[in-house]
Amino acid sequence: MNETQFRLKYGMVIDLDKCVGCGACMVACQSENNLYVRLDESDKLRSTTWMRLYRINNGEKFPEAKFSFFPRPCMQCGHHTPCVSVCPATATTVDEEGGIVSQIYTRCIGCRYCVAACPYHVRYFNWWDPVFPEGMEKSLSPDVSPRMRGVVEKCTFCHHRLMKAKQKAAMEKRRDLKENEYITACTQACPTGAITFGDLNNPEHQVAKLAARPDAFRLLERLGTEPKVYYLTKHDWIRKLADNYLPEEDFRNVKKQKH
Amino acid sequence: MDSALFPAGADRCSPGKFYGWIVFCLMVLGWGVLGALVCIVLALNQTAMNDYFAFGLWIVFDLAVIALGAGAFFTGFLTYILRKEELRSIINTSVIIGFICYSGAVGMLGFDIGQPLRGWFGFWHANVHSMLTEVMFCITCYLGVLTIEYLPLILENRKLNQVPEFHFMAHNMHQIMALFAGTGTFLSFFHQGSLGGMYGVLFARPFAFREGFFIWPWTFFLFIWSAIASGPCLTILVAMITEKVSGKKLVKQEAISLLAKISGWLLATYLVAKIADTLYWGYVMAPAKGLTLASFYREGPYGMWLLFAEIGIFGIIPALILTNREARENRTLLAIAAVMNCTGICINRFVFTVVSLAIPVMPFEKFASYFPTWQEWSISFGMLAYGCLIFSLSYRYLPVFPHEHELNAGSGHAHAHAH
Repeated sequence: MNETQFRLKYGMVIDLDKCVGCGACMVACQSENNLYVRLDESDKLRSTTWMRLYRINNGEKFPEAKFSFFPRPCMQCGHHTPCVSVCPATATTVDEEGGIVSQIYTRCIGCRYCVAACPYHVRYFNWWDPVFPEGMEKSLSPDVSPRMRGVVEKCTFCHHRLMKAKQKAAMEKRRDLKENEYITACTQACPTGAITFGDLNNPEHQVAKLAARPDAFRLLERLGTEPKVYYLTKHDWIRKLADNYLPEEDFRNVKKQKH
Repeated sequence: MDSALFPAGADRCSPGKFYGWIVFCLMVLGWGVLGALVCIVLALNQTAMNDYFAFGLWIVFDLAVIALGAGAFFTGFLTYILRKEELRSIINTSVIIGFICYSGAVGMLGFDIGQPLRGWFGFWHANVHSMLTEVMFCITCYLGVLTIEYLPLILENRKLNQVPEFHFMAHNMHQIMALFAGTGTFLSFFHQGSLGGMYGVLFARPFAFREGFFIWPWTFFLFIWSAIASGPCLTILVAMITEKVSGKKLVKQEAISLLAKISGWLLATYLVAKIADTLYWGYVMAPAKGLTLASFYREGPYGMWLLFAEIGIFGIIPALILTNREARENRTLLAIAAVMNCTGICINRFVFTVVSLAIPVMPFEKFASYFPTWQEWSISFGMLAYGCLIFSLSYRYLPVFPHEHELNAGSGHAHAHAH
């Protein structure tokens, strides 16, 4: 795949075997990025969760039944980014500094073509005007703009944190950021250290080492979207749920064919 | 009462009857306007759409009416460019239907986007890589062309035409109509294709994705093909309904027959291409992504029956009727074939719009269902009512059918208001 190459490539590795499903990543994300919460959030098809925790199971009955969790931020696709290429108003772009897919809220017309284009369901439309319960507005982050109704929003890998880190580095007359100088809110909040974040292009970074492991895989890799989010697990049944396979296919061989 | 406005030599039903129908249309349209206002004021949470069904009834409706409105550009192309003179009997009908379909679709799209006031951003910040940008440009421009094509017909209203300026303007516009027909053909060709391209380029949605030629996925060509195969059938159908309701012969049989024949052969050839596309998609493309044809059709109500309905029942059957001379000369069979052809295209657009999104791509994702709310239905039916309104008013006051007088000369009632 001819992935668009940038000097820096921010990415994430999530160790699914370390994830306990506590949801701290989701809460940290909601809080960090000024996501509003309605009184009734029971309609999950309209609930905005930039970082979403899927509960998955192996479909077997007791005693073979197993379950696990699958945290899903934006995959920040690197090849022909599905949502970016379809936007009619150029309201979403791939940043050349790190390859993060960002959304320009004030330019989005709300056509939702990008929502249709994304197979990971990471894009959320604002079906309502954002209303923050009384008092909650005091906890809003000044670094992130709240979104108006009628536009699409998504995980930005906490892009504002990158901006802050870059400002700090510039003040200290440094061009490059140190490892862990810029990490996302979910990475920071994870109590088991399941999420590792950094520059995938820098072989010194832990994230690059983990992503290079032979058992690292990505979600729906066969589509060719080149996600920047990698996953790790020792369990084959979880690994198999990350992509579509024909009944006769062995997922290990499919991966070998590709590389 | 309003007979002075009727086309010369034509008689129409009583004002009471006509305006009763108009009031009914206005009531349905008013219901649609109410739905639209509710959506604009309270935002799109008033619909049943969600983050899984980003497109819903409105986009299905838009795509269906735009495909069915293709009768306008295609009949214009046949009449003015290929000089099929017999189609002059039905060209006005196709132009009005085209105008209704396109203006209605553009209006509906205005409610469908989350930020209607930013609709122009698609032109200002245009992303040239997006199929939707192309759709926006072409639909808007083509609506302009359709307005230009419709205008001389309005100016030919008996009273308006007495104004010399209007008379000459209409006359001169008719003289250069081939130019607009050509422009319309070019624009329409591309946006019908781009609407198909919109789905075909979704490479991360294996249900919709298609390979293709250069930058155009096969759906680009299939959408053009299916639109020109079914659009003329809506034109035929509307002409036949108008004849039935008015109890008059309005269009020359040769025009209907020619259009039906062209429509039939286009549908037949389209089906060959569509079946080939389906087989390649189901047996070559899907397995490469770890999927099978069957895996696309096991979700909720969207089973294999959709494929059989679209291609088999509402594709092959009307194609057989329309390509058979004896069958299409039978008006009942022709009407059935036309309805089936139009239904087939609606199913096709529904499948690409709703089913594409309903099929989960992630294996652990669940199927979500969608059923439109009254607000979505109201705007859709409002659009239909708007169409009936425009066409009814046009039929009553404009010379839509140039051969009406000639075809009804012997019947007696055509002379009722003749001078």
